[in-house]
Amino acid sequence: MEMLLDILSWILLASGSFFCLTGALGLLRFPDFFTRIHATGITDTMGAGLILIGLMLQASNWIVFAKLFIILLFSLLAAATACHAMAKAAIKSGLKPQTKDNREIEPEEQPSKP
Amino acid sequence: MYILAAIILLIVMALALIRAFKGPTLYDRILAVNTFGTKTVLLIAIVNFLAGRQDFLDIAIVYALINFISVIGILRFFEYSTKLPLDEDL
Repeated sequence: MEMLLDILSWILLASGSFFCLTGALGLLRFPDFFTRIHATGITDTMGAGLILIGLMLQASNWIVFAKLFIILLFSLLAAATACHAMAKAAIKSGLKPQTKDNREIEPEEQPSKP
Repeated sequence: MYILAAIILLIVMALALIRAFKGPTLYDRILAVNTFGTKTVLLIAIVNFLAGRQDFLDIAIVYALINFISVIGILRFFEYSTKLPLDEDL
């Protein structure tokens, strides 16, 4: 039983770390603010939830479990709300999403095609 | 296995810091700082299990609250202030 919980917790921790890593790569590599907020907004929620559930399986007593559960609930609420507020503030202050027509915003990141 | 997750979270925080220093607009920096704060909460929760102490989780809860409130406050401040030139460095 203990070993089963350990294996399940290890799988959850590893997959949560993988999601966090993909989110950070998206944050670093995507060309536009709105694509970056898409990458991190999704993977923040998923990676944090998986890592916290994986830690909850290792909790030794109920108060550690309850504290981790509070962090999980709050991060589920707060990540989505913060991403929505950031996108709304960016739209209201006049930041335009990058489309096919105005692609010359960052010309040094576009590969030159022959 | 806690070590592996902690190292990956440190790499993620380094990548978010690179974006926060590099980001062309102000909102890229705010997004990167928000990501950094979320990953810090996870790192504190993992260090709690690494160190075998139970009082780090309180710090993680407080850090999550402060991170959310500060991001919302910064966004309110810039949303209703004068229109900034977005492509400049602040």
